[in-house]
Amino acid sequence: MFEIFGIPSQALFGQLLLGLINGSFYALLSLGLAVIFGMLNIINFTHGAQYMMGAFAAYMLLQYFGLNYWVALVVVPIVIGFVGILIERLLLKRIQNLDHLYGLILTFGLALILEGLFRNYYGSSGQPYQMPDELRGGRNLGFMFLPNYRAWVIAFSLVVCFGTWFAIERTRLGSYLRAATENPTLVRAFGINVPRMVTLTYGFGVGLAALAGVMAAPIYNVSPQMGSDIIIVVFAVVVIGGMGSIMGAILTGFTLGIVEGLTKVFFPEASNTVIFAIMILVLLVRPAGLFGRGA
Amino acid sequence: MASAAETSSKTSAFPIGRETPRSLAVAAAVLVAFLIAAPYVLYPVFLMKALCFALFACAFNLLLGYVGLLSFGHALYFGWAGYVAAYAAKSWGLSPELAILTGTATAAGLGIIAGVVAIRRQGIYFAMITLALAQMMYLVALRVKFTGGEDGIQAVPRGRLFGLVDLNNEMNMYVFVLIVVLAALFLIYRIIDSPFGEVLRAIRENELRTISLGYNTDRYKLTAFILSATLAGLAGATKALVFQLASLTDVHWTMSGEVVLMTLVGGLGTVFGPIVGAFLIVAMENYLAPFGQWVLVIQGAIFVVCVLVFRRGIVGELAHRLKVRL
Repeated sequence: MFEIFGIPSQALFGQLLLGLINGSFYALLSLGLAVIFGMLNIINFTHGAQYMMGAFAAYMLLQYFGLNYWVALVVVPIVIGFVGILIERLLLKRIQNLDHLYGLILTFGLALILEGLFRNYYGSSGQPYQMPDELRGGRNLGFMFLPNYRAWVIAFSLVVCFGTWFAIERTRLGSYLRAATENPTLVRAFGINVPRMVTLTYGFGVGLAALAGVMAAPIYNVSPQMGSDIIIVVFAVVVIGGMGSIMGAILTGFTLGIVEGLTKVFFPEASNTVIFAIMILVLLVRPAGLFGRGA
Repeated sequence: MASAAETSSKTSAFPIGRETPRSLAVAAAVLVAFLIAAPYVLYPVFLMKALCFALFACAFNLLLGYVGLLSFGHALYFGWAGYVAAYAAKSWGLSPELAILTGTATAAGLGIIAGVVAIRRQGIYFAMITLALAQMMYLVALRVKFTGGEDGIQAVPRGRLFGLVDLNNEMNMYVFVLIVVLAALFLIYRIIDSPFGEVLRAIRENELRTISLGYNTDRYKLTAFILSATLAGLAGATKALVFQLASLTDVHWTMSGEVVLMTLVGGLGTVFGPIVGAFLIVAMENYLAPFGQWVLVIQGAIFVVCVLVFRRGIVGELAHRLKVRL
C-alpha cells in the first residue's frame, strides 16, 4: 500500500479502473453513433435504448432459456442488430430526405417507446445479471486488486473498437463505406448498392450498442433507464470528440472515462458533471470538437 | 428544417407585418373567449397547467419554428426558473410577482450562458449540446441543497399579488395566470411579426445568405435563444406558483422532450399550434395518468407518427387546408 497525492493507491487505481470501464462503454457507443451518423446523417437517439435492449436480451436469454453470457455475447448483437435493420427499413428510410432534426426526433420517439415498454414489464428497479463463472474473482497486482471481469471488458472493448477502426479505415469494404459517406451518388454510379450499405451500417452500429449492453449487464444492474442515463453523456462525448473520425471517437471515449474516474477520486461532487464541463470548455476553445472537421 | 421551411413558405405568402391577417385575429378571439369561459366548465388547475405549458411550447417554437434551432434542453430554463421562483417565494418571502420575476431573470441568465456555448455549433450538434447542458444542470439540481433534491420545494406560498389580491383563491390565480400567459403570447407574436422576426426566418431558410446580406446571424440567434429561454422561464416560474411545487420532473430531459412533442403535434412554426398541442398533451397525460408507463410509450408513438406522416401538425394542417395563416 502506498499513497499518491494523499490518496491510497487502491482507491486511485480502483477509480481509474472504473473510469476505464465507463470509458469502454463511451467509446463503443460513440463509435456506433459516429458510424451511423456518417452514413445516415442521423443522430441515433435510440442508441441508448438499443444498448439497454442488449443488456435485457442477455438477461432474458439467461433467465428464460438458460443460455449463458458467452452465447449472449454472440447472439444478442446479431438479433438486436437485425431489429435495427428493421427499424432502418421501415422507418428511417422514409425520412432520409428530410432535415436531420427529424431523424433525431423520430429516434427519440422510438427510445421513449422502448424504454416505456421495458418499464411496463420490468419496473424501474434493476435486475441483477450473474457474472460468467469463468471470469469470477480477480488477481492482486500488488498495487491494486484487478477483478477478472473488468479486465475482460476493457480488453474486449479495445479489440472491438480497433477491429471496427481497422475494418473501416483499412479494408476494401471500409473504403466503400467512407466513399459513400463523402458522396453516395457517385458511389452508386460505380455499381455499389448504397441503400443496402446504409441499412447494414445501421444494423452494425446498433449491434455495437447491443454488444456494449451485454458487456455492461454484469457490472451495472439491467434496468430500463440505463440507456437514457448513458446516452446523454455519450452525446457530450461525441460533441467533444467530433464525429469526423473513428479513432477520435475511440480515444475521446476512453480518455473521458478516465478523466471521470479521476474526478471521482479528487473532487467527487463533480464526477458526474465533469464531462459536460469539458464539453463547454471544448466548445469555447475549439468549436468543431477535438477531432472534428468543421460543423 | 426542410418541411418546416416548406410549410412556412406557403404561410409566408401572406403579408406579414403591416396588418394582422384576419385568420389570426379570429383565432385569437376564439382562444380568448374559450379561456374566459373555460374555468366555469373545466378545472382551473388543469387550465392553468395547460396555459403554462402553452407558453412554454410557444417559447420553444420561437426557436425551432422561426429560427430552425432544435433545443433539446428547454427543461433547463423551465425547471430552474421554477426552483428559483419557489425558493424566492418560500424562503425569502417575496411577493408572487417578484418571485416570478426572479425566476424569469434566472432563466434569462442561464439562457445567456447556454446560448453563448450552444450557438457555436449548428443543426444536430446544437440539439445535443443543449441536451447535455440541461442534463448537467439536472444533475446539479439533484445535488445542491436549495432544490430539496428528490422532494423538491414543496408548499410554496402563492401569497398576495401586489399585496392586494389573494392568489390562494383559485379564480384569482386563474385570472392572474391567464393575463401573464396571454401577455407573453402577444409578446411572442410581436417578436415573430417584427423585422427582427423576418431576419430570424431568413436565418432558418438560408443562414449563409443572411450573413452575406450583412446580418450578424450569431447575434440574432443568441437574442432569439435568450428570449426563448426567458419566456420558458416565465412559464416555469408561473407553474411553480400554481402547483406550489418545484421538482426534479420539470428539469428532467423528459420535460424537454415533452415540449418538442407539444410543438410538433400542434404545428411547428405556427402561431397557435403550440397552444393547441400543449392543451392536447396535458389533457392526454391527465387521462392516461392511471396507466403509468404507457404514457411514455404513447408519447413515443405520437412522435413517430408525427414525424412520419403528420409533419405539419394539427394547426399547420388546418392552416394548409384552409389556406390561411394560423
